[in-house]
Amino acid sequence: MDIFLQVIVTGLATGGVYGLIGLGFVLIYKATSVLNLAMGEFMTLGAFLCFTALTQLNAPFYLAFTLTLFLAFLLGFVIERLILRPLIGEPIISVIMITIGLGLILKGIMYMIWTPTFRSFPRIFPPKPLNLGFAVVPSGLLWGFIFAIIGVIIFLLIFKFSRTGVAMRATANDQQAALSMGISVKGVFALSWSFGAMASVIGGIVIGNMSGINVYMGDVGLAVLAVIILGGLDSIGGAIIGGFVVGILENLTGLYIDPLIGGGAKEVAPFFILVIILMIRPYGLFGKEIIERV
Amino acid sequence: MRCGDFKENYKKDEEIFQSYFVKFWLALFFIFLLIFPFIADHYVLYMANMVGFAVIGAVGLNLLTGFTGQISLGHAAFIGVGAYASAILTTRFGLSFWLSLPLAGVVSAFAGVIIGIPSLRVKGLYLCIATLAAQFIFEFIFVHWESLTNGITGIHIPSPRLGRIEFSTEKEFYWITLFFVVVGVGYARNLVRSKMGRAFVAIRDRDLAAQIIGINLFRYKLSAFAISSFYAGIAGALWVTFLKVVTPDHFPFILSIQYLAMIIVGGLGSILGSIFGAVFMTLIPEILNYLSEIVKLYAPGKEEIFVPMKEVIFGLLIVLFLIFEPLGLAEIWNRVKNFFKLWPFSY
Repeated sequence: MDIFLQVIVTGLATGGVYGLIGLGFVLIYKATSVLNLAMGEFMTLGAFLCFTALTQLNAPFYLAFTLTLFLAFLLGFVIERLILRPLIGEPIISVIMITIGLGLILKGIMYMIWTPTFRSFPRIFPPKPLNLGFAVVPSGLLWGFIFAIIGVIIFLLIFKFSRTGVAMRATANDQQAALSMGISVKGVFALSWSFGAMASVIGGIVIGNMSGINVYMGDVGLAVLAVIILGGLDSIGGAIIGGFVVGILENLTGLYIDPLIGGGAKEVAPFFILVIILMIRPYGLFGKEIIERV
Repeated sequence: MRCGDFKENYKKDEEIFQSYFVKFWLALFFIFLLIFPFIADHYVLYMANMVGFAVIGAVGLNLLTGFTGQISLGHAAFIGVGAYASAILTTRFGLSFWLSLPLAGVVSAFAGVIIGIPSLRVKGLYLCIATLAAQFIFEFIFVHWESLTNGITGIHIPSPRLGRIEFSTEKEFYWITLFFVVVGVGYARNLVRSKMGRAFVAIRDRDLAAQIIGINLFRYKLSAFAISSFYAGIAGALWVTFLKVVTPDHFPFILSIQYLAMIIVGGLGSILGSIFGAVFMTLIPEILNYLSEIVKLYAPGKEEIFVPMKEVIFGLLIVLFLIFEPLGLAEIWNRVKNFFKLWPFSY
């Protein structure tokens, strides 16, 4: 029983981080209807930037963190302007493929700059694990979870109360109406890319801090697709709940199925979950059901 | 369109080879392909075989993605299914290569139909994610179903034989590759001007409208998946028989992207484009290898920059073609052709 509870708690903590990365997907999808498959690379880039700031510039963590967030903001802005904007109104395959191409470019460039060697993050959080009595949460997961929750709350507040957030929601709801109310839709597009990049960068730093960084850590980004499909592509709350569910399911698969087939089940579990959700309820738990008219 | 090029009936309009010039040049090109193995060396023939497999796979993917509009991020998985099916049928069941090859195509088509079933419910983005999941699930099966696939050690495949002839070298295998490329491309070219091909295009343009005018979505979407995966299976079976070994490493996610890049760079919805794209994208890594050898010679240690270069170049090509030339190399080819046809006046 103990190990079961332990796995549930680990799953919850992992799920928090998944939720944060999922949030990155949702922020971009909600406003621009683009699924950014380069999200994993955004994440890796953030981890590497923060790592470089910490080790090369010897910056304190809060400074490195702010710097990374700022660079992510710029990155999202520039990418939207240069690559995504020419494709507004193009068929969906072009938009998906261009994000894949972008991911390949980013990955290759990171490979050139930082080489594929595995690095462990300098310690930024106190290493003491949290003992809940029935289960123990390792420090990395605990702090990751805290960061994820804070990030999500901040984004939710921005969406709910700030002027920009309302403009973004309006654009997501109806672009033409938003345009006629004087909202700069292009500006909102750029901003949502920036926000999405920032969310995924935080996720990258948290994951890098837990399990070290290398060029290929971005592959987690594809597993997070299960999270947002489960929660619904355009639902922020869905991303968080989807994150928890997938995190727990993934860790339970690792516990119960891995010994049966000799490992590897944990990594592929999100994709099985993904297929099952797509068969049963393609628009997710909280997503908007699309009604098509000819 | 050339001046004075009038078609007097529909039959003429639908012809594949519309003028004597096209027939003449194609015949010449075919003769070149026939004498090619006698003038080329081992390396060039090896590349020719690789290009051939890529052409078959790319034509298959273009039928699904370019003509029917169903995005597949799992093409490498279908290639893998075909490859493993052929390897297992020849080694475990002792079937000859000539029987296991079509069977590999059929097994792969069957896998394609199963993955295609969600396409009836989900489309666009969601289908794209479903095929992505299929890619990773199949990769997982290739590695972990060890009793069938031998896991990461892979399976060794004997060379095909026909009577007393053994097809073991690049030169001998070239004839097999050439035969299947010609048959595959010819079939695809005919398919797209048939009833089924038109149904595919109608589904791509607006699937609900297509259904309203009486196109059976269930049938044609699944047919597209089946045909596309059949091509993939044949390409995979030929490829691993040529390499004489099959391991799970042959079918990574990046291979799926590479195939998508081929049809995007070549031209979506164009058979000629798939051929251009396949040739182009197969040769690029080789050119990069060649460049890295040169750099190694003059600046040792600096050649490591070419390791990730393949991915960067693929990514750049995808991005640049999508932004600046969405119709791909096939469109560039048409423009160049028209320029010379109309020269010196541009009308």
